[in-house]
Amino acid sequence: MGSRASSLLREEDIEEIKKETGFSHSQITRLYSRFHSLDKGENGALSREDFQRIPELAINPLGDRIINAFFPEGTNKKYTAREDQVNFRGFMRTLAHFRPVEDNEKNKDLTSGEPLNSRTNKLHFAFQLYDLDRDDKISRDELLQVLRMMVGVNISDEQLGSIADRTIQEADTNGDMCISFSEFTKVLEKVDVEQKMSIRFLH
Amino acid sequence: MESYLFPFDSLICMLLGISFTVWFTLLLVFIIVPAIFGVSFGIRRVYMKSLIKLFEWATLRMERGAKEKNQHLYKPYSNGIIAKEPVSLEQEIQEMRRGSAEPEFDMSDIFYFCRRGVESIVDDEVTKRFTAEELESWNLLTRSNYNFHHISTRLTALWGMGVLIRYGFLLPLRMKNYLSDKVHLMCYRICVRALTAIITYHDSENKPKNGGICVANHTSPIDVIILASDGCYAMVGQVHGGLMGVIQRAMVKACPHIWFERSEVKDRHLVAKRLSDHVADESKLPILIFPEGTCINNTSVMMFKKGSFEIGCTVYPVAIKYDPRFGDAFWNSSKFGMVNYLLHMMSSWAIVCSVWYLPPMSRMEGEDAVQFANRVKAAIARKGGLADLLWDGGLKRGKVKEVFKEEQQKLYSKVLVGSSEDRSRS
Repeated sequence: MGSRASSLLREEDIEEIKKETGFSHSQITRLYSRFHSLDKGENGALSREDFQRIPELAINPLGDRIINAFFPEGTNKKYTAREDQVNFRGFMRTLAHFRPVEDNEKNKDLTSGEPLNSRTNKLHFAFQLYDLDRDDKISRDELLQVLRMMVGVNISDEQLGSIADRTIQEADTNGDMCISFSEFTKVLEKVDVEQKMSIRFLH
Repeated sequence: MESYLFPFDSLICMLLGISFTVWFTLLLVFIIVPAIFGVSFGIRRVYMKSLIKLFEWATLRMERGAKEKNQHLYKPYSNGIIAKEPVSLEQEIQEMRRGSAEPEFDMSDIFYFCRRGVESIVDDEVTKRFTAEELESWNLLTRSNYNFHHISTRLTALWGMGVLIRYGFLLPLRMKNYLSDKVHLMCYRICVRALTAIITYHDSENKPKNGGICVANHTSPIDVIILASDGCYAMVGQVHGGLMGVIQRAMVKACPHIWFERSEVKDRHLVAKRLSDHVADESKLPILIFPEGTCINNTSVMMFKKGSFEIGCTVYPVAIKYDPRFGDAFWNSSKFGMVNYLLHMMSSWAIVCSVWYLPPMSRMEGEDAVQFANRVKAAIARKGGLADLLWDGGLKRGKVKEVFKEEQQKLYSKVLVGSSEDRSRS
């Protein structure tokens, strides 16, 4: 009783996704099968509920924020038919951020300039988990929100507040009490982002 | 006109009559009589072996065909889509802290949760247990094939023949046999033959005895038939309407089973009392229970509900493992109804499975029901070669409990607060 998932994915689509994301042919078909199995409504797109149905994601403290990252602001017709749905192109585009960075990737000619899984783009993905209102700045409130999601009820408001203040103090270089993307990048320059934000996709 | 057709008519009638008699005799000789006496002809094993050879040939042919056309073949992800790092939260965060001068919180802490979250989107342990297993080689059932293009005439012809045999021959044969009823064991044995079920029973010396409870992992309603054809059990379950209800009522006449009304099911104490009463009576048959509560796709064993383990009698665990190459026994009840499922079952090639009777277990001193349940579950998973999961089978339909998220949050808080404690000490 399996589903004939891959018969709904055309070769041209696979080629386009390959160019945009850098995934191999077999990876794309396997991920399509996964996309299809998550799509309970069988309408070719995933909604937030489809993601929330995954138990391991539902118990992840940052689960909701990660789901958010799949639904970009505004309706770019290529990736979403409606605001609250993401199609397979959009799904793959977001997953592409987590491809490991390989040296021979640097020579590939990709349409959008920098590859989706570059260090900068990985950092930008993480930045967006903090920056809820997408104004390219992490304010104290936004930082507190994420901290609260990660620790639950186990740490007091004051302690959390002082942690947030200390973090902003250390990162903020231009004194606006917010963390911009370049300040964010500077703080994490010693962290091995390529390894921490990569998933080993099998061939 | 009529006189012209008459000789034809009688000829056809005669032919039909003869072929029907022959067919019926064959049926009687090869199926019903051996079933009554519990003798096997070994035909089914030969059938099984030849089917395997056929499937392998079909897959090879498809691969060759795909290479010629330079197309890509869809390979099921038997090794998984991704390789997950078995790193825990604490390990990862300690690693990241090593370089810098121990700040309490680092912006990079979210990387761990982020990566784990996306990994679970791509491949998680639970949702894949509720869909049918994927096979390496094609078994000529369209429903399990992802690469069905016209590769070669020979293959298509073979597939066509397969359809003909399955729907025109195997299906009617089984329908006829399935609806027959009679004495308890004989009835089930016929069903087993009817479904061309090739079952291997291991360790029969551990078969459940009176006054105990038999627990097994659950994949399909066929599990009941398989176990019941090798021993007598008392069934526990809800009273159903429709086809299931008819079958249930028929079964009750043969043996004392325990059926509950839907309203009674909610009252756990009532259920427990009736079960214990039944078990206490030594003359009553062992109770057959499936503690997972729902059908799982036979690649793993999910959380056992502790109810049946609280009763405090001997538990006889049984592991059932189906061979997925011949027909997928898994019943995805949220997707397919009973009739649809039966149709699929009766038109598969065969049902091949192994049944292991494990040695009896009882609750040990100082062990509570949940620990006992987990111990039994681990034994069954080990024997059947299935993955042992802590997740609840109820996740097929319901949401996961909040308490698991809170555990994750507690863990992370400990890491944060723990490091600040070290700071104040130093």
